[in-house]
Formats: sequence, structure tokens, C-alpha cells
Amino acid sequence: MDSSYIMPFVSSIQNVFSTMLQLQVQVQKPTIKNADTLAYDVSGIIGMSGDVEGSVALSFPTATAERVVTLFTGMELTAGHEDFADAIGELVNMISGSAKAQLVDKEVSISCPTVVIGDQHQVHGRKDVLTISIPCESDCGNFTVEVSTRRVASGATAGQAGASATV
Amino acid sequence: MKILLVDDSKTMRNIQKGILSQLGYTDLEEACDGLDALSKVGAFNPELLLVDWNMPNMDGLSFVKEYRSKGGKSPVIMVTTEAEKSRVVEAIKAGVNNYVVKPFTPDLLSQRIKETLERVAA
Repeated sequence: MDSSYIMPFVSSIQNVFSTMLQLQVQVQKPTIKNADTLAYDVSGIIGMSGDVEGSVALSFPTATAERVVTLFTGMELTAGHEDFADAIGELVNMISGSAKAQLVDKEVSISCPTVVIGDQHQVHGRKDVLTISIPCESDCGNFTVEVSTRRVASGATAGQAGASATV
Repeated sequence: MKILLVDDSKTMRNIQKGILSQLGYTDLEEACDGLDALSKVGAFNPELLLVDWNMPNMDGLSFVKEYRSKGGKSPVIMVTTEAEKSRVVEAIKAGVNNYVVKPFTPDLLSQRIKETLERVAA
């Protein structure tokens, strides 16, 4: 995968967390996701379509997600709270939106977010698209952003963007 | 000042409410998408609208076009992740008065609100 499709996500992760949560995030070296990739408990997933298609998943262990949501909303919300998923969805929405704006000369649309809450689930992107895992460290704990996107050839018909989760 | 917040994220509406309250604006109404907003503008008659772009049922751009076509004249600030220049131009053509890209700081949103209201008053 072209690194120019990953770097916008690296900068948008840091920008979103520092601006909205005043939380500094150290982004580690992105790697190709393989079958041994860790499972997580909370994931916000968003689809991308247009000149670039695929999905973006923001995944946390429960305790990290709860700390992050508390910082974001200013309220202590556990994973069972009705507003918890909304906050996770808005975070992945901002990360994806901010990243797509940095994809020069590309017309890209993002979907409304989907949030999965369930112990030890994995998020699977399209099988024909490489998934890049971006490990992130913060004072709230570690989390991951998985980017599974590909450029759509000019004139090609865009396929269904998206991802599936298994618990 | 009556302000309508249109965003499908309750989290984002709450963040905006907090900022607006600090600015002294407390007469607020909320809508979760464009259709919900259209159903509320008549009765609430907002003097300022903060509108997200990507929402289910009716997106923010469609809402603004519909609102303007029905004679709605209050200033609209688009608060969205859509940051591409082409999108900003599209929004302005549809009748948006000002633009805030998410993520934003409280200071930026405050500044955009103040300058929008000053322009309308001028």
C-alpha cells in the first residue's frame, strides 16, 4: 500500500486526540495486519468510498476506551452507557474525515460510523485489500487504528466498501 | 439568541452546548439529522444554526438547501469533518455562512460564531 494513504491517518489521529481530548498520542510504526493481530473490545468502524475505498477501524481495550470517552465527553461513561458508542463513533468519524481531506486530488466519501462492543472481537477488512495496523500509545492506554483501503482505478466501478467484525 | 444544533452525534451536540453555554447562549434546540431539523425550524425559529454534514436520513447540505428554499434566512455554520476546498465551496453555494472543520477547539468555534453574527449584524 502506498504510504501516502497511511500518513494522513497518522497525522489525523494525533490531531483529533490532541485537539478534542488534549491527549498526546505516540504513533508507532505501522505494520501489515496478519492473522495474529490482537483482538479488541471496542471498535468504531467507518467505510470510505469514491476514489479510495475500504474501511477504517479505531479499536480499543474496554478500559482504554472508557478513559478516552471520559476525556472526550467530560463525563464518566462506561461501555454499557447509551452514549458510549456515540462518542467512539464520533472519534472514528473525525479521524477518517480529517485523513480523507489530506488525500490530494481524491474525491472520497465516508459513511456514518458503526460501533462494535464485544470482548475480544476482530475487525476484518476486505480480503482483497491489505490492512495496515497503526499502533498508538497514550496516557489512557494503547489502541489501534486499522486502515484497509485501496485506490479505485479511474473509470472502475467502486465496490462495496466496508468491514465485518467477529466476536 | 435561539440556536439550533444539528448533528447525529449526541456527543458532538453536548460539546457544542458546553461551548455555547460558556458564551452565554442557553436557548438551544437539538436535531439529530436534516429531517429532524426541518421539522423543528418552524416552531423553534432559530437565529443561528450549527449543522453537521454527514448524517443519516438527510445530510446537512441537503438540509441547508431545503431550509434556504423555504425562506430560512438565519445564518448557518457548517461544523463538519468535510475539509476539502471543493466541499467548502459547495456548502457556501448552498447557503452556508461560515465553516468549522472538526476537530475544533472551543476557541475556534467561539470565534466563528462571533464573526458570523457580526457579519449578519453589519
